[in-house]
Formats: sequence, C-alpha cells, structure tokens
Amino acid sequence: MPILEVRNISKRFGDTEVIRDISFSLEKGETLSIIGSSGSGKTTLLRCLNFLETPDNGTITVNGEVIFDASDPASRSEKGIREKRLHFGMVFQSFNLFPQYTALQNVTLAGLLLAKERPDYRARKNEIREEIINNAKAILDSVGLSSKLDHYPHQLSGGQQQRVAIARALALKPDILCFDEPTSALDPELTGEVLRVIRELAERETTMIIVTHEMSFARQVSDNVMFMDDGVIVEYGPPEQVIGNPREERTKRFLERYFENGNS
Amino acid sequence: MNIYISSLFEGFWLNIKLFVLTLAMAIPLGLVITFGSMAKFRPLKWLVRTFVWIIRGTPLMLQLFVVLYAPGLLFGVPMKSRMTAAIVAFVVNYAAYFSEIYRGGIESIPKGQYEAGAVLGMTRSQVFFKVILLQVIKRIVPPMSNEIITLTKDTALARVIGIAEIIMCAERFTKQGLIWPLFSTGLFFLAFNGVLTIVLGWIERRLDYFKV
Repeated sequence: MPILEVRNISKRFGDTEVIRDISFSLEKGETLSIIGSSGSGKTTLLRCLNFLETPDNGTITVNGEVIFDASDPASRSEKGIREKRLHFGMVFQSFNLFPQYTALQNVTLAGLLLAKERPDYRARKNEIREEIINNAKAILDSVGLSSKLDHYPHQLSGGQQQRVAIARALALKPDILCFDEPTSALDPELTGEVLRVIRELAERETTMIIVTHEMSFARQVSDNVMFMDDGVIVEYGPPEQVIGNPREERTKRFLERYFENGNS
Repeated sequence: MNIYISSLFEGFWLNIKLFVLTLAMAIPLGLVITFGSMAKFRPLKWLVRTFVWIIRGTPLMLQLFVVLYAPGLLFGVPMKSRMTAAIVAFVVNYAAYFSEIYRGGIESIPKGQYEAGAVLGMTRSQVFFKVILLQVIKRIVPPMSNEIITLTKDTALARVIGIAEIIMCAERFTKQGLIWPLFSTGLFFLAFNGVLTIVLGWIERRLDYFKV
C-alpha cells in the first residue's frame, strides 16, 4: 500500500486553475522530485498537501486513511486539519524560522506544545520534556549543527538556518517530508550543505517530496521525478527518463531552456 | 515661593494620573480596536475603521468638549466629573492611535511565520501568543514610545475642560504678574520624559537579542 495517494486534486485562485486533476502516489521511503517552471503549480500542490491551501476537488490518503476529501466538509474543520497535517513536514524556501527562539528552541517548540495534550503529560512532565529536548539535540547534531544550539536565527548563515528548519520539521517525525525549493533563497556556495543533508535523508529512506530547480541533484537523489507544466503532470517516471531522456515535447523544451541558461 | 512650587506639583500630579490611567486602559482597548479593524466581517471592519478615522481626524481638544457635554445634551445624563470625561476622551483617542500601530505591527509579520507554526501543528492562538506576539511587540516599541511621550504633553490639554493640571495652575500666577512658574512647568515635563525615555530604551534593549 502506498504511504500517500493523491487523487484528482484541483485548486483555483479566482478564475485561474493553478493545478488541475493531479493524481499520483508515493511509496514509503521514496523520494519524489517535482520540477517545472515557476507558475507551473508545483508549490501549490505541496501547499495543498500541507493544508496551507484547501483543494477544491480531490482526495488525499495517507497510510490508507482518507485525510482530505473535498466533497466532505468535515475534513476542513480546524481541529481535524491540525492532527492530519502532522503526517506532513514542510521546509519552506525562506526557512521561516522563529526569530525570537534559538536553534534548539525552534526545534522543540511545537513538540513541547503538542506534548501538553498528551494524557500522561502531568504525571511525566519532566521526563517527556527531556525526551523532546534530547531528540531535538540529536537531530540538530545529525544536520551538523550541534555547536549552534543556542544561536538565534540571525546569527546563522542561510544554509545553517535551512538546516535548522529541516531539523524542526524532522522533530515531529512526519510520514512525508516536503521541501519547497529549499535552496532557492541561498547563495550558491551555501546550497551544497543543505543538499547534502537532504541526500543523507534520502539514503536513510525518508519519504520526501522535493520541489526543486536543482536538476542534477534531483537526478541523483530521486526515485521518481514529476514534471509539471501549466497545472498538470506532463511527465512522471524515474529520473533517468524524465530528466535524462524525456519522452514529452514539453519536458524536452523545459530542460533545454534550463540547461541553455548555464545551469548544470 | 513654596506655595507656587507645591501648587505646580499638585497640578502635575493630575497630569501623571491622567497619563497612567490613559495608558493602562488605552493599551488593551487599542488591541480590541485592532481586531475590529482587521475583522473578516466587513461591516464590523468598516464601522471600526470609520470610528478610527473620526477619532484621528478631529482635534483631541474638541473630543474633550464632546465627551464632557454630549452625554448631558443628547441623553440628559450629564458627565459626573470632569476628570472622568478627560480620561474617557484620552483613552478613546489614544486607543485609536495605538490600534493603528498594532495593526501595522501585526501586518508586518510575514505570512511564513503563521504558516510555519500551522504546519507544525500549532493552534491559531499558540501561533499568535508563542510566535507572533513578541515579534509584534519588538516592532511597535519605537512608534509606541513616540506616542507615549506625546501623551505626557497632551495631558496638558485637559485644562480646556477645567482640569487643574500643571499649566492651568501655573497660569493663575501670571495674573499676579509672575511668569516664571509658567515657564518652569517645562522642567516637570522634561524630567518626566527623561525617566520615560530611559524606561522605554531599556525595554527596547531587552528585545535586542533577536532580529525581525
């Protein structure tokens, strides 16, 4: 059974249909990259999965449980959404770290708040808090930031901030981790450290969906690549096909333009 | 000489009282007005914004007269005390200004902060109180400091409805041919605002540990 099944998702903003009838599925441990020019709908698709946008049509199923059904108004209630969106983690293009908290506090904040809802929280408060903090330290260590625990975001480079953001998303143990152009806001010399972390996650079989403009990276880490254009999936398949030897005219043209512009 | 000075202190005590009570009530009331002016329910939003426009668009001096006389003239229930009228006028006036500062502060926080909180499973109120609020406070401290310092001096306006604040007290002596008590009132304001500047600067520095 796939860990994620998306069926016929559509989303319109006013008169513009940003994504149309998107369907795909994802296996546990799989890394899927979504490529395409800006305005093709790839970010909107990711935002729909994280409930930052509400799709107009379609269903989203995680581990066999329908977590969103556009035809069922109950799946839009705030309480329901809050639990269900925890299936997904999200790493934003602009990091969106909380500036008033240290790296460690950024990673622990949500976990500590969620822990208060546990029935055994009052009885085991200190134990639970310690667990969350130790887990956060271990994750920050795994992204190479064990020496930056007490640094505030403005004291960190863009690459370090994005690694904290990845740690923050990982701390809640999402089933599927989503990246929205994680290196687009970074100076070129800082993209490497972030891509390295994502590559390590892929090697550890983390289920991921990555919206990216980094073609060679997508080719290396992905199990599958989705090319989107004008709100629809134009081509979907293994990276050797979609990036290496595309079948569709539109994919070919997109990649030609991409490599002509001096990218590699 | 002593009688002049004690009279000035007596007057300034009213300025301080007006200042403290106005701040204590206008700061929270301003937040209520902010939520109204940012409401998704349009009629409420426009009602509140019109109210803010009227309060900010007319002189505080006029508002003092309106609050003092309108209840008696329109509803037959005269204002019981001049001080109450002054406090009401000042609180409403300053709450309107504060609400606009708050609104600017809240709207300047990037949408990504709310989204980051939401995708981490935080409730709306957790996002507001744990993530947004401190960033807003940091942003509004400088403009609020400005308004608060303006308020100390605006309290002198209360004399137009017969509150014996410091400048009114000092003016009485000019009729006896003494001008220096009037001039010296400036020193009271200067000293008070000096202390205020130090306190507000301290608050600003306390929030220096992060950048927004």
